[in-house]
Parts: sequence; C-alpha cells; structure tokens
Amino acid sequence: MSTIANSIFSPELAARFDKLAARYPVKRSALIPMLLYAQDEVGYVSEAVIHEVAQRLDLIDLEVRSVLSYYSMLRTKPAGKYNMQVCTNISCMLRGGYEILDHCKKRLGIENKQTTPDGQFSLEEVECIGDCCSAPAMQVNYEFHNELTPAKVDEILNEYAAKDGK
Amino acid sequence: MPRLVSHPDEVIVLKRRFGQGATKIDRYIELDGYAAVQKAIAQGAEAMPGWIIDIMKASGLRGRGGAGFPTGLKWSFVPKTSAKPKYVLVNGDESEPGTCKDHVLFREDPHAVIEGAMIAGLAIGAKMGFIYLRGEYRYLLNIMERAVADAYARGFLGKNIFGSGIDFDIITQTGAGAYEVGEESALMESLEGKRGVPRIRPPFPAVVGLYGGPTIINNAETIANVPHILLMGGEAYARLGTERNGGTRLFGISGHVERPGVYELPMGYPLRKAIYEVAGGIRDGKQLKAVVPGGASCPVLRADEIDIGLDFDQLAKAGSMLGSGGIVVLDETVSIVEFALRTIQFYQHESCGWCIPCREGTDWIKKTLTRVYEGGGARKDIDTVQYIAENMMGRTFCPFGDAAAMPTLGFVKKFRKEFEEYIEGKKAGTPVMTKEHDLVEIL
Repeated sequence: MSTIANSIFSPELAARFDKLAARYPVKRSALIPMLLYAQDEVGYVSEAVIHEVAQRLDLIDLEVRSVLSYYSMLRTKPAGKYNMQVCTNISCMLRGGYEILDHCKKRLGIENKQTTPDGQFSLEEVECIGDCCSAPAMQVNYEFHNELTPAKVDEILNEYAAKDGK
Repeated sequence: MPRLVSHPDEVIVLKRRFGQGATKIDRYIELDGYAAVQKAIAQGAEAMPGWIIDIMKASGLRGRGGAGFPTGLKWSFVPKTSAKPKYVLVNGDESEPGTCKDHVLFREDPHAVIEGAMIAGLAIGAKMGFIYLRGEYRYLLNIMERAVADAYARGFLGKNIFGSGIDFDIITQTGAGAYEVGEESALMESLEGKRGVPRIRPPFPAVVGLYGGPTIINNAETIANVPHILLMGGEAYARLGTERNGGTRLFGISGHVERPGVYELPMGYPLRKAIYEVAGGIRDGKQLKAVVPGGASCPVLRADEIDIGLDFDQLAKAGSMLGSGGIVVLDETVSIVEFALRTIQFYQHESCGWCIPCREGTDWIKKTLTRVYEGGGARKDIDTVQYIAENMMGRTFCPFGDAAAMPTLGFVKKFRKEFEEYIEGKKAGTPVMTKEHDLVEIL
C-alpha cells in the first residue's frame, strides 16, 4: 500500500516509489530516479508529478523544480511517443551525425526539439550518448541505434511507426 | 550497442569475460567470478584491508576515469575509524565525448563491477556501495540491477558475505543527463538528490564524502579491474604496463579509422600502432590530421606527434592527457575551426554554472568561435579565445573549467595557422555543420 493517498501514479509505480524512498541512507537520494520513472510513466514531469514526488520525499515543490531543471533528460513538456535523440558530438560528427540529424528533420518534417503533429515522433540533437565506437548513434527513448546511415534511419523510423500502428 | 572487437595485439585482463555470457551469475562464477572477494576474505578480518591495499598499490593501477590517480593510494587515505558510515561509489556516469568503454563493460561483465565494489568496501570498511550509471544507460542499469539481484539471491551481497561476518549492500541507479555529474563531488551531490554542482576540496571525499562519510569514488573500469588484480597479483598486473602505469586499459578508438572499437591494450602501447594497426588505419585511405587522445577534454595532438606511448606520464609530457582513453581520430577533411567550435559548444552546454570563470568563459569562447566560424572573425579573436581559456584554468571548484579550456588552447595553439587562414577566407577541411544547426541558439 502506498504511503500517499490518491497517488497519481499506477499502483505498481507507487509501490516502487515506497521502496525507493526507503532504500537510501537519506530519503532525498531517491529524487532523481523517481523523477525519471515518473516521466517514463506520465510522459513528462508535470506539476502533479512535482507535487507528489516532493510530498513523498518531504521536500518542497521548489526543491524538486530546482533539481529537475538541472538534468537534461528530464522534461516539463510532453515529447513524442518516440523521442529521437541524435548525437552530434565529436565522434558522431566525424562519422556523419549531422547528416543523420538533417535526415531525421527532413523525414519527420520537424526541427530540433519539435514534435510531429500526430505526437508520434519528436527530435532532439543531443550531446555524447556513449556509443562513440559505433558512431553515428542515436537513442529512441532508451534504445540505442548505431552505425547509422540515412537508409538505416528510414528502417528504424518505419519500425517504430509500425509498432504504433498495431 | 557497441559491437565487440578484437586485435592480436590486445592484452586481455578486463575483457577476459566479454562475449562469454558472464552477465549470468553461474557463468561468471565458472570464469573465476567471486573468487577474488573470497580470497580477500580468507586473509582474515584483521589482515584483509592491508592485504588488499598493498596489492592495489603494487599493481600500479591508476584511475581509469581520467585523472589517473593511483587507486591503492586513494584507498589508503580513508581513515580506519569513522563516526559516520563509509561508502564506495562506482562512477559509471561515462560522459566524456569519445568514451564508451564502461558501456561495453556494464553490458559484458556487470558482476566484475559488483565484485570490485565489494572488495573496495572490504578494503576501507564500507558496508554500502553505490553504482551510478549515466541516465542514457537505462538498458545497462537493467543489466546491473539483474546482476545485483542475482548476487543477493546467492547470498553474495547482504548480511555476512561469504561467512566473513561483514555486511555489504549495493544500490544501483542512474543520473538524468548531466556531464558534470561525472565529476566526483558533483556525483555525490547528484546521489544525494541535488543539482550536480561540485563541492570545494579539501575536505576530500576520502575524509568527507557521501552523506558526510568517508567515501572512495572510482571509475567503473578501475573497480572492475580489482578482482582480476587480486587473482593475478599486483606485480603481475603492473608488469603488463609501463613504469608507474600498471596494467592494461580499455581504449575506445573512434572517428576516422577503419575499425573503431573498444580495445584492451597494455599501458604505454604506441599511439601510432593503435591508430594504424589496431584500428586499421585512416578510413578511405585518407591522411591523418590530428588525434584527441583521451576524450574531448584532452589537448589535441598533431599528426606529427603520435610517436608516443599511451600512458599517463608520456601524454602529460607531450602536453596532453591520457584522460578516459577515448582516442578520437581526425583525418585531413576535418576543419579544426569547426571541430574546436563543436567541442566548446559541448562544454558551454554542460557547464553547471556554479563557477563564474567556467560558466562565462565557455559561453564567451563559444560566441567568439561562432563568429569566426561564420566568417565574421578577426585575428584578435584567436588571442581573445586563448586569453579567456588561459584565465579559466585553475579558477574553478572542479576540473570542468580546465577540461573546457585545455582542448581549446590545444586547438588554437597547435592549429593557429589554420585559424588565421580561416579568418582570411582560406578554409581548410570540409565543414559538416550548417548554420541552421542551432549554432546561434544562444546568440
């Protein structure tokens, strides 16, 4: 049973949060994992998420906001269902990262940090994601894709689009 | 996911279990897994900490995250008794551009990280360890969490590990996207649920660290080496490398080479051979222009400077650093002006803003280099960039300011002529960024 009445999260996540808060020597340590998992479920860190997470960790909303604004993976607005994060940092740049980013823009008809009108895809140019030896690389949500070519990007986009259509 | 690569020149210590299914605990045990921690415990509670630290000192292992601090020495700084609990913190926040070695390590041998953290805990008297991965590595967190759960299920973690009477727990988590959190004091802040800004030192973490307790923080690769070193002996490990640079290291070779990949090479291995033999040489028969030898923060080497051995001291002598072991190879098509701009864009984006020289310096350099890149530069801009970078050095809480300034200085000093010619309209290399690539986002 969750320690919070009327949690905005699913019962599974609420139970997980109870455990998370208890496992650290100091409860507040659970803040960043909680925000990530909340974002995974809700789609972004909403006002309601901030409020409940603050309550769970005995923080004020402002403290949560302060931390939230620091980390680039945490967002306060929804992204596309599939968030394409294309790396253009040095190793990827040398092997065509910008070409891949351009191709994504063209294919999706959106610019950096935008979402397609149907909400299916969003695009983000990101800093190094740690797949340098298989560059160019990108992540779609948490999944890695590498050794990219424009043709391979097309295949990947089609796969995600098909997943969504089922 | 990075593919596994190999080369006959590799000397395999850490990669021994890669590609062997060692994520499964039974397989890990078959491959001598959890033997090192039991060997340590067999020394008896009294002798064990000194025994471990002596081996680590003899091994010559130096931190694989970038700074290259001797691991055994770091551990010996932790006070024997402490009113507050002690902690082990494994830094898997791998974020240095050009570096993906820990990525492969977590995927291929997660138990080695766990076992190494246990041994580190036994050495300093910690009862809890944390393994912190970067937020992008969610699938690797899943692998680590599974491995930790399996170790608990066998009774390897938790109460009374291997009948020693000692308890040891491990907590795994990720960050949420912040290069700065790879810095040890910012990492502790993040783990305490705060913004990842650095702490002033002293006191050093070995005395006042996580939650105020004595803490050792080691890179994941450093920690994963520990069980191997305990099994093979400190001296045997040291002999694989060069003087004061023990053992082997994972080198991630990326950029314009034929066979990029994470290779395990002995410390001191010739950089030229690493590029031309191990990684197969420059792609498409092109000429080498420059090498960033240890991740984005290391000053660039020109093509005529690569006859050097890959260890901390030789790279330092050459005015660069071995850093994280991420070797980024640039061929003749690269515009150094553009590459320098892309590098400082990264640091400007990632500066945590805590120290003014870093926050303002990275921004100022980025703006100046952007102007040069877009064709509006003057010769004095090169001096301005150098002046700003020189004045960032050593004036920040953490090494980030230096990490941004050093590569910038390397580019403008070693390729000054290319900057001057660029400003005069004679542009070397083939640019790949175009204006719409958010270059002017902040201008």
